[in-house]
Amino acid sequence: MNILTFLIPVSLFLAGIGLVAFFWAIRHKQFDDPQGSAERILMKDWDDHPKP
Amino acid sequence: MAIAERIDAPVESVQVSACPACVAAPAAEALARAGAEKDARLMFSLPAAHCAACISTVEQAVQKVPGVRSARLNLTQKRLSVDADPGVTAAELIGVMGGVGYEAHELDPGLLSVTETDRQGRDLLMRLGVAFFSMMNVMLLSVAVWSGAESATRDLFHWISAAIALPTVVFSGQPFFKSAWASLKAGRLGMDVPISLALILASSISLFETAHSGHHAYFDAAVMLCFFLLLGRYLDHRTRAVARSAAEELAALEVPRATVLKDGAEVVMSISEIAPGDVVRVRPGGRMPVDGVVIEGASEVDRSLLTGESLPVWAGEGTVVSAGEVNLTGPLLLRVTAAGRDSSLHRMADLVAVAEHARTRYTSIADKAARLYSPLVHILSFSAFGFWMWKTGGDLRYAVNISAAVLIITCPCALGLAVPAVVTSASGRLFRKGLLIKHGTALERLADVDTVVFDKTGTLTMGAPELTNLGEHPRQAQEVAAALAAASSHPLALSLVEAARAAGVQPAVVEDLREVPGYGVEGRWRGTRVRLGRADWCGGESLAVTATYLCTGEGAPRAFTFADRLRPGAAEVVAGLKAQGLRILLVSGDSAGAVASFAGRLGLDEWIAGALPAEKAAKVAELTAEGARVLMVGDGLNDTAALAGAHVSISPATALDAARVASDMVLLGQDMGPVADAVRIGRQAVRRMRENLVISGVYNVVAVPLALVGMATPLAAALAMSLSSITVSLNALRLK
Repeated sequence: MNILTFLIPVSLFLAGIGLVAFFWAIRHKQFDDPQGSAERILMKDWDDHPKP
Repeated sequence: MAIAERIDAPVESVQVSACPACVAAPAAEALARAGAEKDARLMFSLPAAHCAACISTVEQAVQKVPGVRSARLNLTQKRLSVDADPGVTAAELIGVMGGVGYEAHELDPGLLSVTETDRQGRDLLMRLGVAFFSMMNVMLLSVAVWSGAESATRDLFHWISAAIALPTVVFSGQPFFKSAWASLKAGRLGMDVPISLALILASSISLFETAHSGHHAYFDAAVMLCFFLLLGRYLDHRTRAVARSAAEELAALEVPRATVLKDGAEVVMSISEIAPGDVVRVRPGGRMPVDGVVIEGASEVDRSLLTGESLPVWAGEGTVVSAGEVNLTGPLLLRVTAAGRDSSLHRMADLVAVAEHARTRYTSIADKAARLYSPLVHILSFSAFGFWMWKTGGDLRYAVNISAAVLIITCPCALGLAVPAVVTSASGRLFRKGLLIKHGTALERLADVDTVVFDKTGTLTMGAPELTNLGEHPRQAQEVAAALAAASSHPLALSLVEAARAAGVQPAVVEDLREVPGYGVEGRWRGTRVRLGRADWCGGESLAVTATYLCTGEGAPRAFTFADRLRPGAAEVVAGLKAQGLRILLVSGDSAGAVASFAGRLGLDEWIAGALPAEKAAKVAELTAEGARVLMVGDGLNDTAALAGAHVSISPATALDAARVASDMVLLGQDMGPVADAVRIGRQAVRRMRENLVISGVYNVVAVPLALVGMATPLAAALAMSLSSITVSLNALRLK
């Protein structure tokens, strides 16, 4: 059972990373255009080289 | 009108000249003078954008325009935002997008700024995310407790749960606490009061139990409550935000400006600044911004939006015109008699405001359920508390535990989701069909409808004429008429040219073409003078139907007759609504002949012609008094009062502002077909809402007795809560 003292903080920490990522995504308007984002991955515009 | 709307530009002070092309330069100069070399932010609506190819085509085309810094298309909102140098005009970009095949409308970014940064929505989403995070973690620990963790381990898990759950409840529960506090201050018992009470009680009791190494802690229930309720709240908010932003988009399409003559110079002014006595210029194709009298020029005006008449009316010096009419052929100078608040357009809008007020009295299913629910829950919880205090002889801890369990179990997770989930699903489906819901309870009201009243001109018809007798004329007459018509932008002429092109008629060679505003077009063909236009100008008798007349000097004038073009899907809508057993009426301001033949074409038995705006509203009121629930579909100013007075109303996107404001739903495309679907979906949606309320009720009926007798465990609460919430969400998705 002693493993718990180790595992619980680890799991909380990992979930915390997810939460921080979620905050970042909302702050940076990642959810403003879900439909457009879904379509944009199909575009071939910058397949050869990154957008300058 | 090619006025580039800029957030930074001092719009009021910019003087704009008449020709669209000259607009950019002075505006840019004014900006430079002001020393505000800031970027222009332009917004466009692209109703046709729908795919990845659309995104790259539009963005690349716009980015190639010199001066454009960046362009980004939001596919969800179908809006393009462009950052550009001040010199770039909206008209230029609209032309570019038209060139690659996308219809674009300029939007007023000032009006849109509120919805663009949907703060409230983002805020709710943030709280929802936090609640979800905590729910998952607390649930993980709770599963360990339920599966038999004992003594010190259980206490440790409870403490960790508390560390996660308490901050979450404080943060994520705020929307409920705030609204509960507001409703308590107002002396009401809203749905948020029992929710807040349950959240606070569950958290504090669990904390107390944890501190005393109790067996049961409800931390998981508290965060789960937060999550499901926030989900319902978020769905509800999103539906409303989408409707509001779309309604704003429609309002932003029409920029309320007029060209005023001041000391010989043309000044573009906002309509609110125009005073009676000013002289206003209205170009062909423009809409009258004010009520006034014509003092110079001759033209024809289209009054269909105000009166429903499909025939254009001649206007010359001394003719009285009202705001909202469309000037067709020649430029007109008007002396303003009434502007802004006093204009007929605004008086109509005031009428609408009165009717709107009456409509807000409608209580939605969700409200009814909430009204029933709040007192019931409080009574149950308090009586449980009282009973166990008496039964255990004053064991406060046990009694409070039981009453908290009752509150948690009855908490309206499913109730909070039952209606928003259905509304989201239904409005999403209708939006894809091209129908936008502006009002929250519109779906429910739509389900009650048993009578449909249609307006004719502009609603069941396109308000655009269609040539009916091209084939009856000799080939030569067709060719001459096509050549003459090509010189005019009058709707009848445009339709004639289109019909001639479709029939493969080559226009004859006609010289000296000249349009005589208010009368028609004349020219020289093989040495003789030929005319196409009004009957009296041609020297002939005018027919009872819409027609334009061709005289070539030989024989009687030839009449090209027109009928109003049927809106696509109009016949299907009538058939579809009839099949659903609804009574259909056609009420039009047009002449009896036109309405009768039109009703015959669609197979409508009940029709009223020549109805004045007040008569339309009276007819709707009369039907309502007879006990009918009326759906009004109309587009004109003459329909506005009827739209506002009806149980529920729909208007097409081409309708006047006032009509769109008065209606509950707006038809975005040209097709009328979605109206029949809307009634069907509305009925289905209400059925689903009722089912959902019953489902959440059934869960309570099973779980509440358990809680009352003290048998409810945190596990039972978690199961009841999540199962009922998932069931109602799935049921909402069944909507077809």
